[in-house]
Amino acid sequence: MIGGKYIEEKIRAPKEPGPAIVPFITAGYPNTKDFKQTLYEISKKADVIEIGVPFSDPMADGVTIQRSSHMAIENGVTLTWIFNQLNEINLDTPIVLMSYLNPLYVFGMEELVDASLESGVDGFIVPDLPIEESKELNQRLTEAGLALIQLVTPATPKDRIEMISDQSRGFIYAVTVKGVTGGEGALSADVTEYLKQVQEISKIPVCAGFGIREKSDVEMIADYVDGIIVGSAIVETIEQGNSPTEFLDRLKN
Amino acid sequence: MKKDDQKLLKALLDGELPDESGRFGIFGGQYAPETLMPALKKLEKNIKIFLNDKAFQEELMSELNSWAGRPTALTYASQLSKKWGVEVFLKREDMTHTGAHKINNALGQAMLAKKLGVKRIVAETGAGQHGVACAAACARVGLPCTIYMGAIDIERQAPNVDRMKQLGTEVISVLSGDQTLRAAIDEAFRDWVSDPENTHYILGSVVGPHPFPYLVREMQSIIGKEARRQMLEIDQRLPDAVFACVGGGSNAIGLFHAFLGDLEVELFGIEAGGTSNDLGENAATLASGKPGILHGTYSMLLHDDDGLIQETHSVSAGLDYPGVGPEHAFLQSINRVQYTSAKDDEALELLREVCENEGILPAIESSHAFVEAKKWANENTGKRVLIGLSGRGDKDMPTLSKLMNK
Ligand SMILES: Cc1ncc(COP(=O)(O)O)c(C=O)c1O
Repeated sequence: MIGGKYIEEKIRAPKEPGPAIVPFITAGYPNTKDFKQTLYEISKKADVIEIGVPFSDPMADGVTIQRSSHMAIENGVTLTWIFNQLNEINLDTPIVLMSYLNPLYVFGMEELVDASLESGVDGFIVPDLPIEESKELNQRLTEAGLALIQLVTPATPKDRIEMISDQSRGFIYAVTVKGVTGGEGALSADVTEYLKQVQEISKIPVCAGFGIREKSDVEMIADYVDGIIVGSAIVETIEQGNSPTEFLDRLKN
Repeated sequence: MKKDDQKLLKALLDGELPDESGRFGIFGGQYAPETLMPALKKLEKNIKIFLNDKAFQEELMSELNSWAGRPTALTYASQLSKKWGVEVFLKREDMTHTGAHKINNALGQAMLAKKLGVKRIVAETGAGQHGVACAAACARVGLPCTIYMGAIDIERQAPNVDRMKQLGTEVISVLSGDQTLRAAIDEAFRDWVSDPENTHYILGSVVGPHPFPYLVREMQSIIGKEARRQMLEIDQRLPDAVFACVGGGSNAIGLFHAFLGDLEVELFGIEAGGTSNDLGENAATLASGKPGILHGTYSMLLHDDDGLIQETHSVSAGLDYPGVGPEHAFLQSINRVQYTSAKDDEALELLREVCENEGILPAIESSHAFVEAKKWANENTGKRVLIGLSGRGDKDMPTLSKLMNK
């Protein structure tokens, strides 16, 4: 199984009890040589792995992912490099690439589908591609069985959540905060109301992300989502030379 | 112009472009994070209401005239005319309040934001002209304002930084990315994303997701409307060629729009040629870029084979940008406007020529337009040219002093 269906299945039946865990790492950061090893390590705990394709202008990202993205570019990481690395490994965990649109556009839509099928990429998250602009990419990915995972945010009106959930595959990415990734502040109290609403509307699993850093965050929203996405906090863990698997363990246990 | 191109131009002039999806032909669109989509839609709706609202238009016109100093003069440049062998006219946006065309847009959007009931304004600035214009306009309408400015630009446009602060605006130095205009836009977007309902982002040029390229163009088109009328008032003759510098492209689109239907009038947009034609050493997006997506819009762009945005260089902070407004990419694609570039040293040379001959200190940005106009004049003796003098060069004194004392 591949793509949207595969992602959906893994989110619904996580490796450990509780919400599915979807860690985000920036490809080739802090260095390129450990990338495959880090993926193996993380796949022990992760239900889906989200890999960040570095971009020069990460408009929706906070300081941590800006930093990792910038360094990864310095390290020579490109979309082509990422596909090549993934071709060399075999994980038992779905892979999702998170990329701004321009690197994907330049790579070419057809080439993107081919490279994904070949290297075992199951889906994409594109933070600067709202549903109004995503028709072409969505169609191409869907035809190949791959997933375009769409985002909703606390600013998204109800009728729009409905439209987005109809078009999303794999899961819906429910952004928990207004703002960029990696926020320091605690999740706001009304976030559970919002997640409940998304959950009610959505026919596919809901994963919450942005600003989830520790166990207390997970506990607060666990009942309202199918999965949680951790980005900046795990990138910082890896940056400090600490074990990402131990970090992921602590989120639930 | 070919038949098909003329059809597209007609669609633009008839107001059919930007279309429902915010596109000028294939260019434009709305490539924004989901968090901003409700705010963009709301802005779109309100623009339709207020730009067609007579009371708002009158209020805006009254402020433009009594506070911002419009209409601006059309100056006959007698010395340059003699030297160049053509009639040279200058549209004097340098004479507006705060010293550049940026005030047309800043004032219009600040007044619009006030009507929308937002609580604060954010904006980016490169040369600092848009920042100063926003700071002044926000003080005028009574809204707090935060300006993001690249650390490199803060240094080279120092006089404007203190002006913004004096006007009660918070100036935040941007240390991420390339530390110039592009990084400042990234940072302003990040700020806007954190509270899109209560914040309005006054984008400073005809870039960004729809409806900004349209909104900013509407605010700037007064430049060309005035200039065309003023030219006709002199002797019922239009210019043979019109020149304007292009960063994001707001002063150029503002000047060009009234002349787009006059097919006998040649239009030239001049980008920053920097120090050389090599990638990274200029900001000549339309001359050497490829289509791509940056800051919410599909347009021409300086980026590499992996889709990473390229660093740019220009002696002028206001032109130092790797993208360009989608409407310019469109006008290039239908061959209505020709885009060229002027090098750093050429622009600085023309800056001095304008100073010495006309007693006007143009911004380094504006000086780029004079470079191409002079070249064109050389081959078109006896014709008439109109140059968009987008702003004054007071802000450039740190750069100019350094060069003078070399
Ligand atoms: C005087 C002046 N001219 C031109 C520009 C370039 O902007 P645009 O291309 O939007 O007119 C700037 C930007 O800061 C400016 O200050």
